[in-house]
Amino acid sequence: MSGVLVVMEQRGGVLNRMSLEALAAGQALAAMVGGECSAALLGTVGVAVSGATKVYSVEHALLKDYTADGYVIALEQLVKKLAPSYVVFPHTYQVRDFAPALATRFGQVLISDVTGIHAGPVFVRQLLQGKLNADYKQVGNGPCFVSVQAGSFRADAAGAGDYIAAEVFVPELSAAQIRNKPGELFRESAQTVDLSAAPVIVSVGRGIGEESNIAMVQELATALGAELAASRPICDNGWLPMERQVGSSGQTVSPKLYLAVGISGAIQHLVGMKGSKAVIAINKDEHAPIFEVADVGVVGDLFEIVPELTKAVVAAKG
Amino acid sequence: MKILVAVKQVPERDAQVHVAADGKWIDEGDLSYTINEPDAYALEEALQLKEKHGGEVVVVCAGPERVTSTLREALAKGADRAIHIEADDLGERDTLGVARMLADAMKGESPDLILTGLQSDDLGLGQTGVVMAELMGIPHATLIMHVEKTDAGLKVKRELEDGWFQHVEMPLPALLTIQSGGNKLRYATLMGIKKAKTKETKTVSAAAAGGKAVSLERVYLPEKQKKTEMLTGTPAEIAAKLVEKLKFEVRVI
Repeated sequence: MSGVLVVMEQRGGVLNRMSLEALAAGQALAAMVGGECSAALLGTVGVAVSGATKVYSVEHALLKDYTADGYVIALEQLVKKLAPSYVVFPHTYQVRDFAPALATRFGQVLISDVTGIHAGPVFVRQLLQGKLNADYKQVGNGPCFVSVQAGSFRADAAGAGDYIAAEVFVPELSAAQIRNKPGELFRESAQTVDLSAAPVIVSVGRGIGEESNIAMVQELATALGAELAASRPICDNGWLPMERQVGSSGQTVSPKLYLAVGISGAIQHLVGMKGSKAVIAINKDEHAPIFEVADVGVVGDLFEIVPELTKAVVAAKG
Repeated sequence: MKILVAVKQVPERDAQVHVAADGKWIDEGDLSYTINEPDAYALEEALQLKEKHGGEVVVVCAGPERVTSTLREALAKGADRAIHIEADDLGERDTLGVARMLADAMKGESPDLILTGLQSDDLGLGQTGVVMAELMGIPHATLIMHVEKTDAGLKVKRELEDGWFQHVEMPLPALLTIQSGGNKLRYATLMGIKKAKTKETKTVSAAAAGGKAVSLERVYLPEKQKKTEMLTGTPAEIAAKLVEKLKFEVRVI
């Protein structure tokens, strides 16, 4: 057994950015442990990949639409055939749905949501909503399965090199093995709020405590001419509509200013906003992970600071 | 419908955590614990399904004695029975070990549906449900916002990235991992708390921990990705400093 196999994801024939980041992680890992970095794609024919030693196109009519059963069965066969030491995935919602089951078939545990890889190899991931980091190691025998968090590896370096002609792999798969029937993808309603275009965003999190306090943050947003956004718990509670949610399940934003009010900064939120040019964070907990990505931080009571800030902004604009 | 809900007890979100002396986990000494939030949504979904279609809700939790408080709370909210898998060594088990322990305790119950949260607030691996389904040989779907019972089984609404969703139809028995926000969480009523005292909690002991496939070697405080300038002072002073930054550095005023 040797080498690294990166399982990439495409939609409509286009590789997503996280797949290129996973390829970059796979290349780094291959350089560390020795061996080649290959790539595999499932479903559609004709996606060109570069930057891998070999590319496998896993093709079957039953893989056209994603199902966990189809992907697990097909990849189990491919991994058995290629016998890589490491199998690397992007940590997408699709991967979360099938990769743990695939690892189980090999008696292994997926090391999920990895943000860094060090010599060993040691895989770094976050614990407790980003409050702590942890080093994980594989101790079992067999392929080591790893999924890589968005934004942790640089995609721009990964695709370099000539496009590789894919070798076709046809798994043995029958319709009776696929238990779930997937429907078409859909969006709830036409999104009327495009946060990705907003130059200034004021975003509110759990620290706001109660729905009635949202108005105070709205006033600050209005004073700044900013869009109001939120972390997931605020939208889960129905205090703001889902379309104002920033993070992996919401919108990805990169404004000139992201002002985070009472947001602790779980990784699912950070991946949606860490491309912001400037981040200012106000939080009562000095250890909140939001301060790791903030340019300017204020540890304090948002109920005292936000009204003062609104007043000062209005006065400055006067 | 007989529904089993696997829940985990985790440190409170606001808890100040400190790395333990051996550097392998956090100091558990004076932590307070609560139900893992996505698991609370799984319990809520189970209770609503029972209210609509009848049946039974059984809540299952593995861990030391302290987890019985989380089980009692679930009973007070409306679960019918509880199973406590007594295990003081969760840290010695990886995802596969924990999933196996839960699956073993659940098999004898022959459930129609198993629900659990999509991930835990402490380890955040997001895998236990999927691995349990694989071990039990039943279909699964993850990140579920809504569950509808059909003649053939279930129709569920899955959340995908960037505001996309998908409906998936599947046969029973099945396992679903529940995403937060699909329902409104209920509180335990006084009546519920009273009733919970008469409900059954079965204690089973966990099989000895087997070998591990992966191990957590070390926990530590994350390094800062950026140099953060911390502002201090009275609220008015902080506001004035922030306005300076907004005007001259960020240039949004």
